[in-house]
Amino acid sequence: MKSNFDLVNFAIRYGFLLLMAGLIVGFSIAQPAFLSARSGVFIFQSVAITGILALGVTATLVVGGFDLSIGAVATSSMMLAAYVMVIWQLGAVEAVVLCLAMGAAVGLINGLLIVKMKVPDLLATLGMMFLLMGLQRIPTEGNSISTGMALPGGGNATGTFDPSFLMLGRHRLDFILPDLIPLSVVFLIAIALLVWVFLELTRHGRVMYAIGSNARAASLAGINVERYRVLAYMISGTLAAFGGVLLAARLGRGDVASGNNLLLDAVAAALIGFAVLGAAKPNAFGTAIGALFVGILLQGLTMLNAPYYTQDFIKGAVLVVALVFTFALSGRTGRGRG
Amino acid sequence: MTGDAIVIAGLTKSFARNRVLRGIDMVLPAGRVTVLMGANGAGKSTLVKILCGVQTRDAGIITLDGRAFAPATPAAALRAGVVTVHQNINDGVAPDLDVASNLLLDELAAGSGFFLNTRRMRAEARRIASAVGLEVEVSRPVRDLSLADRQLVSIARAMSHRPRLLILDEPTSSLSAAETERLFALIERLKAEGVAILYISHRMSDIRRLADRIISMRDGQISGTFEDAPLDYSGAVRAMLGHEITEVDIDIPPPGAPVMALQRLQLRAGARPFDLTLHENEVVAITGLVGSGKSRLAEVLFGLTGPTGGTMALDGAAYAPNSPGDAVTRGVFQSPKDRLLNAVVPDFDLASNLTLPFLSRHQALFSMMRRGSERATARRMIDEMQVVCQGPRDGILTLSGGNQQKVIVARWLAEASRLLILDEPFQGVDIQARRDIGRRIRASAGSRATLVLCAEIDEALEIADRILVMSEHSIAGEHRNQNIDLGLVMAQVTETVAGTAA
Repeated sequence: MKSNFDLVNFAIRYGFLLLMAGLIVGFSIAQPAFLSARSGVFIFQSVAITGILALGVTATLVVGGFDLSIGAVATSSMMLAAYVMVIWQLGAVEAVVLCLAMGAAVGLINGLLIVKMKVPDLLATLGMMFLLMGLQRIPTEGNSISTGMALPGGGNATGTFDPSFLMLGRHRLDFILPDLIPLSVVFLIAIALLVWVFLELTRHGRVMYAIGSNARAASLAGINVERYRVLAYMISGTLAAFGGVLLAARLGRGDVASGNNLLLDAVAAALIGFAVLGAAKPNAFGTAIGALFVGILLQGLTMLNAPYYTQDFIKGAVLVVALVFTFALSGRTGRGRG
Repeated sequence: MTGDAIVIAGLTKSFARNRVLRGIDMVLPAGRVTVLMGANGAGKSTLVKILCGVQTRDAGIITLDGRAFAPATPAAALRAGVVTVHQNINDGVAPDLDVASNLLLDELAAGSGFFLNTRRMRAEARRIASAVGLEVEVSRPVRDLSLADRQLVSIARAMSHRPRLLILDEPTSSLSAAETERLFALIERLKAEGVAILYISHRMSDIRRLADRIISMRDGQISGTFEDAPLDYSGAVRAMLGHEITEVDIDIPPPGAPVMALQRLQLRAGARPFDLTLHENEVVAITGLVGSGKSRLAEVLFGLTGPTGGTMALDGAAYAPNSPGDAVTRGVFQSPKDRLLNAVVPDFDLASNLTLPFLSRHQALFSMMRRGSERATARRMIDEMQVVCQGPRDGILTLSGGNQQKVIVARWLAEASRLLILDEPFQGVDIQARRDIGRRIRASAGSRATLVLCAEIDEALEIADRILVMSEHSIAGEHRNQNIDLGLVMAQVTETVAGTAA
């Protein structure tokens, strides 16, 4: 009985990490190229943008909320960056600053809708998602933005993407091998570290977790709950906007058709993160691992020639398994859940 | 129709090891209003839940008009003639449906036929509504109705079942005086029709107005039955609160400088304003029934709501906090009641629960938390409070209730305060934890004013230098905790504006 109990506990804590290690070993045996540095970097690169969005949504999950607008914020940010450079002909710095400011502003509005107008979080951010999906297409009458495009008022757009802006999505650093590590991967790792430190080690993170666990108790302990809720949505909006900047820099155009999967992939990564180390709650480390897990699985299956249309099915299956880990197994040992 | 509508014998009910009802024997005669009194946790609501079929009993016999009565579901209880009107009025109605549908809801749920005959439904509904004096158009949605009318809707709906027993749980708590009078008139009429009525309330004015007999409950047992006119109201309250006072020696120290001075403070519209000064090195307890205004006073002091009139001064300076954060900054702390709802952060360990209000005391550069400093504070408070645990990293929910409460109280003792408010600090704790907490509160009281709110008088006697009695959102009495006249305290507890006039 005792050993059985320990096994369950062990599975809850390390099951997901072991599963991931097993996947890596399995794919490497089946396809030795999987273990190469380039393949590893490719995995990181494939999850960089969703990972950054997922870290943002993690912040809202920590305060007991949810942000459905992150995908739309990211694509709006992509369109805004393209618009600023191609139509307004401004530089990279202006584009990035405006995008981040837009993301923070959307987060602020989300937060105010939720804490001041008392709109439930899912509904407020769902509304914002639709609003942004429509808004981002209005200035160009529904067209993608690229250099030379026909303008609604006549004539052609003459602005170009600033080369230093494109570097954000395309430049690679030398690391052991020349041109190995894309900047976007560096951003992912840096942001993951920052969010982890913020949530786990600072006073503000502690307060946010307290709000997510018992908002009334936090409020009666003298904490300004509303302010921290708004802050969480602003973090989420800003990170989503940064994800959009990286997307624009990678594509080199404001593409109305891209970014469809960002929301679901990011939310899946954050929820898979609940299962990592048996946390049973939103956490930055878990989110990063969750994003990588999906990346590894898809890269491995792609190298084994699994057809592209099975991807969503596999992501969904992983998510369901992770949720079972979190809720069914850890529930049995009496771990708290929100 | 007379006789005993309901006879209960030897009723028991336990939740795990907690024996909530320990053998209840009770008779509810037809055509009479029986008032049931009991403090929180006495077992009143469990008794009601068994009678109305929400919970099942462990043992005991209930007969209704001589037949055995053991409802498995609320619907079965209703069919048998036991009707319950709950305290929360909105639980009894479906706000989005119209009055007619609400009145006929049980028939709709039982359901025969597929289409609704609206005209017939409305006619039937009008008949039911007029029987209880409910005068609203039955096609109006219930959400447009006043609380009192909603309550009448749920009573009227119940009446269509020809009840034998009507249970009213705190029915007047959200009604105005005129609405209350209308409800009382209805109760009188039902009584005349031979319905047995079980009326649960803390409001002495209601009880004086309605009661034919009073049954007091305490700790899952009947502690007194009063049916001889004139009814002994203070005897009933005494039976409900109990006063087997465990002798605790209180040495009353000389009070220090005034800390909090309340002048002409009015807690709600219509309440009598009062003055109150709390001193350093003084523990003041406030006692009073549920709804007497104790919690409202704590809310006002802690910045959760504003008073309707009067001024507050902290150490001589004007004090008008607009949030708990504001109050904490000024040195006014409050440990709330209902710890699981208002205080415990279930996902956190003991140390993090303890340091929650004062995290900035444990932060380094860039707001980084110093876990070592937190754990040191936690260890110090564990020692001082004698918390039984493995260490600061224990999950808070792994501790027993008494130890959780110690942590929650220790949270506010860890830093120096000017005024410490403790709302029901002994709620749901065993006798040992209660002694430990009380001793610690008194031992640390030297440099601050301390205000303890407790409904149980013996708890107040155990901890306070001075005991105030609240009633009707004002202060009804003040006693130095020495050779205290318990009879007078009891009388003040039950005093009401209506009662003093009577």
